[in-house]
Amino acid sequence: MMQDTGMARHTLRRFLGLIPTLLMLITVAFFLMRVAPGGPFDSEMVLPPEIEANLNAKYHLDEPLLRQYFRYLGQVAVLDFGPSIQYKDWTVNELIAQGLPVSMRVGLTAIVVAFVLGTLLGITAALKQNTGMDYSLMGAAMLGMSIPNFVIAPVLILLLAVYAGWLPAGGWDSGIASMVLPVITLSLPVTAYVARLTRGSMIEVLHSNFIRTARAKGLPEMVVITRHALRPALLPVISFMGPATAGMISGSVVIERIFSIPGLGSYFVQGALNRDYTLVMGVVIFYGVLIILLNFMVDLIYAWLDPKIRYDENH
Amino acid sequence: MSLLEVKGLNVGFDTPEGEVHAVNNLNFSLNAGDALAIVGESGSGKTQTVMAIMGLLAENGHVNGQAMFKGKDLLQMSTSELNKHRGSEIAMIFQDPMTSLNPYLSIEKQMIEVVIHHQGLNKAEARAHAVEMLRAVRIPDPERSIRQYPHEFSGGMRQRVIVAMGLLCEPDLLIADEPTTALDVTVQTHISHLMSALRQNSNAAIILITHDLGVVAGLCDRVLVMYAGEAVECGTVEQIYYDPKHPYTQGLLNSVPRLDRPEDTELHAIPGNPPNLLSLPEGCKFRDRCPKAYAACTETPPMQIDEGQHAHCCFRGASE
Repeated sequence: MMQDTGMARHTLRRFLGLIPTLLMLITVAFFLMRVAPGGPFDSEMVLPPEIEANLNAKYHLDEPLLRQYFRYLGQVAVLDFGPSIQYKDWTVNELIAQGLPVSMRVGLTAIVVAFVLGTLLGITAALKQNTGMDYSLMGAAMLGMSIPNFVIAPVLILLLAVYAGWLPAGGWDSGIASMVLPVITLSLPVTAYVARLTRGSMIEVLHSNFIRTARAKGLPEMVVITRHALRPALLPVISFMGPATAGMISGSVVIERIFSIPGLGSYFVQGALNRDYTLVMGVVIFYGVLIILLNFMVDLIYAWLDPKIRYDENH
Repeated sequence: MSLLEVKGLNVGFDTPEGEVHAVNNLNFSLNAGDALAIVGESGSGKTQTVMAIMGLLAENGHVNGQAMFKGKDLLQMSTSELNKHRGSEIAMIFQDPMTSLNPYLSIEKQMIEVVIHHQGLNKAEARAHAVEMLRAVRIPDPERSIRQYPHEFSGGMRQRVIVAMGLLCEPDLLIADEPTTALDVTVQTHISHLMSALRQNSNAAIILITHDLGVVAGLCDRVLVMYAGEAVECGTVEQIYYDPKHPYTQGLLNSVPRLDRPEDTELHAIPGNPPNLLSLPEGCKFRDRCPKAYAACTETPPMQIDEGQHAHCCFRGASE
């Protein structure tokens, strides 16, 4: 099939394009981190110079920067992010492996909720354009986008955990109950944004000539929407979903703090504050790979949805 | 009983500036096998007339009057009722082939859904039927082409696909809104042949909206001339071409370049612009641009019907 080879070529081309991006990311992150003032062993208490020299030697921080860089590249090539400088006895790989499953469970659930609910609400608003339904949905979406999560989370805890007592106020036991509040908090602004995005693009698509053609064919309105309008209307939503997903499954510091969830998010901040070079590099690369891969997936979904993209790439 | 009888059709649009009167008190009727051309300048209400009949007006549009199709008023139907007629008994071919096909779906999907929905064919039958129809409109290699997407086709090919799509269910009424405007002359000829063939083979009626008076002569037997949302003249092609009564019709015919009159090198145009549809003048709407206007034209001229059903609304019409 012509179409399949087009898709395969598109996939391969996009995939090969990822490697230089990743290399650039590692390089910039590595040198930026070293340019930042301070180092992993700076603290209130000044270390004796001999001890600091020993520590530097242990982590190869005494070598010329370029040599350190290539040493690090070699490590990353075999997926070894090295030992954490701050969390003794832990490797960065272990830290990620410990926090990721938790962040991913919360994040993936939240993103699915946000996508499904957001598009449904957006389509509803678009179909009821300029009615009370539309205005109240979009008003609620505006509210959902503008209230910060550190306000929503305590309010939810107060209402649903403290007063009603239905859900735990925080903590993590891998159960559904402990996930509900973090998922709601995390997905609310994204749901709201997706709803607004869907509404806008759906309204635009419904005014296009090919929708008029579909209606002139006497197709039921439901078919006109699902078969003819949905695909183009979802394109902007799909491209937003890539980076949004990466952000959500790699954990949110605020939410992990408020709900006491042992996720990945806090390592970002801790690592950066402590100049824990290996930890920061590890999470940055991990996060970068996540974004790159998700954008890659968005590209593929795009090409699958829009035949024109497959065509332009191959001609 | 006529196939389509339009009575007292008014189409208006609510805009921030006020109501735009796009079609005013329009009457015409059509029997099976008739081919009616609606001609007039841009903005004369031709397209909005058929959009109203098809239930495809923009959201700010409203319509009143009657459009009786096989004895039932299309304008009173609910969308689901209308959907039983749209696409099967009444098909429409749109003006702009570049944007009228869905760019995200293959030609196959867009064609077979019509017959699957209206005639209950299965996928394979529908596909075979669609391929045959593509062959009829002379799309090369239809088995392969049907799997392609609109952007892989040229404008002329897309318009042929749209024509094929309109003919799939053998409609009783085919509405073609400037089907050939965007196309080159050879394709134009081919498309008009296709429409005449449909008329001859299945006795379908055709409404052709155009400002190409050449195409009209080849395809249609009656002409309705519209100006500023009103019918100004209606008659057979012969009556309109050889004995135009209304000065607007005369102006339109005069502005067609004539190859058979090489000494006439000037391109004639009707001076001025159509009136603002937000505030139509009293009396004859054409009066400000009319070379023959006189005092009486400030009154609304009634529609006069001469012998042979030749109708026009001009006080001067009879005396010319």
